[in-house]
Amino acid sequence: MGGYIPNSAAAQQAMLESLGLTSVQQLFDCIPSEMLVDHLNIPEGMSELEVGEMLTAMADKNKRFSTVFRGAGAYNHYIPSIVKAVTSKKEFLTAYTPYQAEISQGVLQSIFEYQTMICQLTGMDVSNASVYDGATAAAEAVVMCQERKRSCAVVSGALNPHFIEVIQTYCGSRGIPVEILPVQNGLTDPAALSAALKADDACVLFQNPNYYGLLENCDALTEAAHAVGAKAVAVVNPMTLGILKTPGAYGADIAVGEGQPLGIPMAFGGPYLGFMAATQAMMRKLPGRIVGQTTDAKGNRAFVLTLQAREQHIRREKASSSVCSNQALCALTAAVYLASMGPDGLADCAKQCLSNAHYAASEIAKIPGFGLRHNAPFFHEFVTECPICPQLLNEKLAEKGILGGLPVEGGILWCATEMNNKNQIDRLVEILKEVAAQ
Amino acid sequence: MKLLFERSTVGHKSELLPCCSTPAYELPADLLRAEAPALPQLAEIEVERHYTELAKQTFGVNDGFYPLGSCTMKYNPSINEDMAALPGFTKLHPLQPESTVQGALEAMYTATELLQEITGMDAMTLQPSAGAHGEYTGLLLIRAYHQSRGDTARTKIIVPDSAHGTNPASAVMAGFSVVNIPSDEKGCVDLDGLRKAVGPDTAGLMLTNPNTVGIFDPNILEITKIVHEAGGLCYYDGANLNAVMGMARPGDMGFDCIHLNLHKTFSTPHGGGGPGSGPVGCKAHLAQFLPTPVVVKTEEGYHLHAPEASLGRMRSLYGNFLVVIRALTYVLSLGKEGIPAASQGAVLNANYLMKKLADLGYDMAYPGFCMHEFVMDIGKLKKETGASAMEIAKRLLDYGMHPPTMYFPLIVHEALMVEPTETESKETLDAAAEVYGKILAEAKEDGQRLHDAPFNTPIGRPDEVGAARQPILRWTPAE
Ligand SMILES: Cc1ncc(COP(=O)(O)O)c(C=O)c1O
Repeated sequence: MGGYIPNSAAAQQAMLESLGLTSVQQLFDCIPSEMLVDHLNIPEGMSELEVGEMLTAMADKNKRFSTVFRGAGAYNHYIPSIVKAVTSKKEFLTAYTPYQAEISQGVLQSIFEYQTMICQLTGMDVSNASVYDGATAAAEAVVMCQERKRSCAVVSGALNPHFIEVIQTYCGSRGIPVEILPVQNGLTDPAALSAALKADDACVLFQNPNYYGLLENCDALTEAAHAVGAKAVAVVNPMTLGILKTPGAYGADIAVGEGQPLGIPMAFGGPYLGFMAATQAMMRKLPGRIVGQTTDAKGNRAFVLTLQAREQHIRREKASSSVCSNQALCALTAAVYLASMGPDGLADCAKQCLSNAHYAASEIAKIPGFGLRHNAPFFHEFVTECPICPQLLNEKLAEKGILGGLPVEGGILWCATEMNNKNQIDRLVEILKEVAAQ
Repeated sequence: MKLLFERSTVGHKSELLPCCSTPAYELPADLLRAEAPALPQLAEIEVERHYTELAKQTFGVNDGFYPLGSCTMKYNPSINEDMAALPGFTKLHPLQPESTVQGALEAMYTATELLQEITGMDAMTLQPSAGAHGEYTGLLLIRAYHQSRGDTARTKIIVPDSAHGTNPASAVMAGFSVVNIPSDEKGCVDLDGLRKAVGPDTAGLMLTNPNTVGIFDPNILEITKIVHEAGGLCYYDGANLNAVMGMARPGDMGFDCIHLNLHKTFSTPHGGGGPGSGPVGCKAHLAQFLPTPVVVKTEEGYHLHAPEASLGRMRSLYGNFLVVIRALTYVLSLGKEGIPAASQGAVLNANYLMKKLADLGYDMAYPGFCMHEFVMDIGKLKKETGASAMEIAKRLLDYGMHPPTMYFPLIVHEALMVEPTETESKETLDAAAEVYGKILAEAKEDGQRLHDAPFNTPIGRPDEVGAARQPILRWTPAE
């Protein structure tokens, strides 16, 4: 109700007097009178107590599933208690972008550490400070690969469909051709890629694990891209990089992805974290903020926003991206998550996802009508057939507090993480058996 | 301060997960990484202490006065954080069946209804994740509109030279070329210049009003009319909406579409550089082109809906949902009286401080009354004393205050752009003015001394040239 304005009416009057005015309305005399708003057609302000009740009532209308077997781009992982404790510190929360380095070393250093950990995970040389989400990161990667005589992006059809759509939006407006490579048995076929590639293609994008959870032949896909001089862009899930071969190891030029699995709540889709890492050679093509290390006059180590000659506030219409505010607090979240998990914790978490998903897949596949759709290696997601209407199946599961897999073409896309222990999986399988028997 | 990696000790860790309850599964070795990532190894207390130390060297609105022009660094209400942390919101999988997320969709729908009324728009998307992302979205709406009419020769977006850098950058992303037009001597749109710039190739104009020098353009209706008569559309950069909320609406100024910065005007925290949220509102004639999905309400409830001629997706899923929850909490708290009161407070505070600083002897780039922010011109002071806008800003750091925005807008060469916001008290403004007075006296006494400012901060001025010349963008272990 108060608008969080500390000044009393008397103080405001005194301020007006100092300006030689009698009413605050006079300060709005510059606005053509025909345009002045008489009153807004919105509800009257509410007390904190009432607003709290109203929003809580909205939150309570949503169904919270105690068990989640759905991923498809947003993953249910354990978030260590310390993550929220650190990221709710009001210094981090209420700071602007660190333009004034002298009083912003904390946030600048946290971004530098984040960039380092993204490099460690992906095996790449450099990272930016984040972009809006994984899909925009993938789209920005295509833009990074544009050269004077190379434009077309060849995109695996096994990418998350939202990522493909966002790439199409970003490329469509700039006139960058996008070719979608058909999926074969849930995978991107390196031979089909080679056959599709033209000598002047700019880049190839593939996702590992892909949308169906399958592990692509990243070495061969990267090699196929490089064979025609195109860049290889790997879309990766950072959680899986606790154990999986890195984009750096298979020679990708750019690695991007959705950072949500790193301690960020599912939160109905956002805010999430787009991460972008690249080889040294592509460093100056990265969009967005980048933090670098330097020294002050006394030789102290110091951190600053750097390589700003790439960015919109310097280059304006010549900038490669307009990104300004990014997802800094989400990058901090990921950094705190990685720091508390450590290398062993992250690997353990990734292995639990892997093992739980394989246990779930083998148990589910034993049920008649729920055969596995693909036989390639997978990580923590997999598609099974579904003998009844998938929506109906999910309704039955929802009654028991379980969010089932996502209905996709040809069946259901399941996901298991470290949150889905053996008991949960066994319970799911029991219910599926009942449904199948009906 | 030590880096996380320099605090690492082999074997230190936190116990967070139980043992795996399913049989261990092994992937073929050729799919695995050769060695574990070199992440730091830390016990929980070490992580806590590390970030506590970093927090102490970070300056937020909660630490002190933060009049960063164009950024609207108002207080971020605590209740907003509580609402955004409700498990009924945070634990929702985005792809849950619609019937199980009615509360979330209701929150989104309610937010768009309220924000549409405040801006005078007919439809809105919450998908864009920040102001610049909103600009890109709005420009794609304009593009889709012209294309739907077969009006494909409209390839140019007009941008005043006072505009934020994201404006021209977004225009290029959207496939347009940029026509820069100079501002007049009052910092406003030069009408003759605009008339000369428009034509059959004009797709639209991007403008913020009040503009980046804090002045409400008196010719706004004429401006939007000129663009419309030439066949173009008008885009409103909502970064400065805090000046006019509940007082005037972009929709009534002739704008066809807008973005809002929820992380400025609507009190959501900036997080050290995001996440923000940049909802895009539009008039009815652009609604069919909005990104997929938008929330609609029917008798059965709320639904996610793909507009018929949607331009596609701007990002995955629905936007920075928890940021929207915070903004919704704020708008509901303020309500119909609180929203205009906030703008009135912001404009009053800006004028009060402007007058005080002018009385002290600071030159104003555009004297007279301002809206929610004002721009000081340090040019003359620099000539006389050697103290530049940068030096004044750096000296402010010594007094525990965040400096104004420096060197923006570009049309004022030694600009310091001050935006106090309504959530600061008269006492804070008086104390700030006192500090500005001291610094002015220091500059006049010995301008050279300020070259070495700040003196009391954890580090002195960093070597930015060196940082860019030999970039060190990650930590590497000592050989
Ligand atoms: C006038 C103006 N327009 C656009 C933007 C871009 O907003 P964002 O940082 O949210 O992308 C800003 C941000 O500083 C701004 O001041």
